[in-house]
Amino acid sequence: MEKAIVLGCSAIGAGLAMIAGLGPGIGEGFAVGKTIEAIARQPEAQGDCTRTMFIGVAMSESTGIYSLIIAIVLLFANPLIGKL
Amino acid sequence: MDGPKVVFTIDILGGIDITETVVMGWLVILIVLGLSLFLTSNLKKIPTTKRQIVAEMLVGFVNNTVKKAMGERFIFMAPYIATILVYSLFGSLISLFGLRPVTADLNTTMGMALVTFMMITYYKIKTNGFGGYLKGFASPMALMTPLNIISEIATPLSMSFRMFGNIAGGTIITSMLYMGLAAASGALGLSFVFGELEFHAVQVLIPAVLSLYFDLFTGCIQAYIFAMLTMVNVSIAADKS
Repeated sequence: MEKAIVLGCSAIGAGLAMIAGLGPGIGEGFAVGKTIEAIARQPEAQGDCTRTMFIGVAMSESTGIYSLIIAIVLLFANPLIGKL
Repeated sequence: MDGPKVVFTIDILGGIDITETVVMGWLVILIVLGLSLFLTSNLKKIPTTKRQIVAEMLVGFVNNTVKKAMGERFIFMAPYIATILVYSLFGSLISLFGLRPVTADLNTTMGMALVTFMMITYYKIKTNGFGGYLKGFASPMALMTPLNIISEIATPLSMSFRMFGNIAGGTIITSMLYMGLAAASGALGLSFVFGELEFHAVQVLIPAVLSLYFDLFTGCIQAYIFAMLTMVNVSIAADKS
């Protein structure tokens, strides 16, 4: 019974952790939109713009990745079960 | 999804587990070695073969990227950057063959990130001196020291987690898709079982579309990002603060 509660709450926690995917999604959307604006204004700078955008997008993705790691840990390597 | 399987155990120091990741790492090393020997054999001053032109293009790409991101004085870093790029690229792309990607293991990415972290620390101490390096933690004021220490630790953590999370997340989603499609084709009556062999008709072609993004695109982008962040961080560390 206790194990079932811990497992169920871990699954809910993993789902809640992934709400953090919202932030990077919005942020990356802004970044890509601005890059497209910049490329439309200056098409010859496309290479530099795209390169810089990819780095920035990957940086802002970190927060989403952290929450993904927490979700993976809760689902596949749950530390809470050992504490029962 | 399970973690990497243990292939065999070496019976020293209480047993060292050789996991699937390590074996796939050896495979990647062999592939890269073979490719390098193939591309660089029989070099001529004026390239006559296609493979020498390809080899020169690859080396030129890495050299140009290093020059652009770090400046001319760091050109000696190009072999290290190329190593990171090639190893993580092949380590991720190996999942196209249905093998377990090397970079879907935190040990691999953490190892690479720690080497980069050591390099960053070395350049910080080299440019500012050991006293200056310690003083850098207390800037702009002594109250900020704990935050500075956390941000110092966060660099290798975020670099390794980013790569691991992307590749492992893709692997998990792909394996979930395979399980879901197997269940779907079972429900539609399109599953055929020949003894040990199972064939699910719905599993044809659909995973290829996702594999294009999760294996090919993510693998290439993450390898490039990792190399780029290494270059940016090291060149920032080498600037006088």
